Amino acid sequence: MATGSSLHLKEDALAENFDVLIVGGGHGGAQAAVALRQGKYEGTIAIIGDEPELPYERPPLSKDYFAREKVFERILIRPASFWTDKEVTMLLGRRVVSIDAAAHTVTTADGAEIGYGSMIWATGGSPRRLSCPGHDLAGVHVVRTRADVDRMMAELDGVSRAVVIGGGYIGLEAAAVLSKFGKQVTLLEALPRVLARVAGEELSRFYEAEHRAHGVDVRLGAMVECIEERDGAACGVRMADGEVITCEMVIVGIGIIPSVEPLITAGAAGTNGVDVDECCRTSLPDIYAIGDCAAHINAFAEGARIRLESVQNANDQATTAAKAITGTLQPYHAVPWFWSNQYDLRLQTVGLSTGYDKTVTRGDPASRSFSVIYLRNGKVIALDCVNAVKDYVQGRALVMGGVSVPEDKLTDTAVPLKDLVPSEV
Amino acid sequence: MVKLVVVSRSGSESTIEADEGISLMEALRDNGMDELLALCGGCCSCATCHVYVDPAFSGDMPPRSEDEEDLLDSSDHKTEQSRLSCQVPVTAALDGLRVTIAPED
Repeated sequence: MATGSSLHLKEDALAENFDVLIVGGGHGGAQAAVALRQGKYEGTIAIIGDEPELPYERPPLSKDYFAREKVFERILIRPASFWTDKEVTMLLGRRVVSIDAAAHTVTTADGAEIGYGSMIWATGGSPRRLSCPGHDLAGVHVVRTRADVDRMMAELDGVSRAVVIGGGYIGLEAAAVLSKFGKQVTLLEALPRVLARVAGEELSRFYEAEHRAHGVDVRLGAMVECIEERDGAACGVRMADGEVITCEMVIVGIGIIPSVEPLITAGAAGTNGVDVDECCRTSLPDIYAIGDCAAHINAFAEGARIRLESVQNANDQATTAAKAITGTLQPYHAVPWFWSNQYDLRLQTVGLSTGYDKTVTRGDPASRSFSVIYLRNGKVIALDCVNAVKDYVQGRALVMGGVSVPEDKLTDTAVPLKDLVPSEV
Repeated sequence: MVKLVVVSRSGSESTIEADEGISLMEALRDNGMDELLALCGGCCSCATCHVYVDPAFSGDMPPRSEDEEDLLDSSDHKTEQSRLSCQVPVTAALDGLRVTIAPED
């Protein structure tokens, strides 16, 4: 660094100063900026993100972008001109490494200091990685960013066999695309069923059967020992029982770790992500947090403090935070919803099934159009609808109202779910 | 290029130009219509790209599928003119189409 008075340097550095600094350029960060401008917010706004791209949709990364059905430009959340028109400054390829909450400044990895009036932390998370030997070999991939998926796509032509580790939505969606490309796919899930953390057994068994019918070797209770290496790259996955599954590509989809370290170091409360109140405020002054990393009390989870990894949650919390900044304190109370596309199956979820004590299957899974309805104390708390858009749309009111419905009514497909909603709901 | 007249929720009108081959949702999004959320990115999984289209053009677009119909049912503002804009391809026949962003649900 050149010489000069430290005072002078400080002024230079704080040439970057924004009324609202949004950290993270995913769905949440982008929507926060949009919502601020829609709320007639006139202050300066910047989005700082560690990826080089403008905000883009993440769900297609394991679906139509990976399947080469959509080029990157088509998954941009807004075109470049939009951000210019709305006077949202994009600070791309830069990462916040520390926060001085009292001084209202952040420091970036490139050593710059940026001042803020309010901050919205929307960093999401980084993919959880394997810890076993070989976890960092070439050919071992995660699915979180465009760069991750571009790396996979660049190798794909040389791949005939792939192993997907993790039977959650990311793993299953990636397996579906790989199988569509004609790859020989093995999917390894450590638990006794896929989607174990997020869905009921009926749904797990249905998706296991679908993937097997498409030629995917689905293995449950599968324990990975290490990734085998040849010439510096992954060449197989060694299982705990000694078997080696030969492959040229390994995709790891075992969840994310919320990216909140600078916030926690700065003193924000939080053990799994960062804690926020009903208006997305962290325990630090003028710092909000939204999306995957925000641990909030959710009315649809019996008031438990949870993180929700979904576009719906990122988007709606962004709106909540933007409103709070523009002076409207409107508690977050959005019904969770989610979707996953695999093969020709469209899954739509409404509500949160966590804590269910009973499930009811509506329709016949063999027909590939059915819904799993989750109940707690007799009340409908969530629906997983497979190729059953009507149930998804009409079941929403049952979830919102916490409606108690006799099981035989829920299973009677001759009766639309909307007829089961009491008129006062 | 196909010319479209877009009416925002506040009633302000603008003319945009769109390429053929993309969806009406993408045309609106790419032209800065930020009232349209289009959260699922156009895969007919939500109903956040709801618009009203000029009935004179309804013969120039594919009819509503059953899924689209069901998703539109989730809106309190569904009318005969309702469409999920992600399900309407932009074609030359739509030149001059008037599109109104439906109220937020």
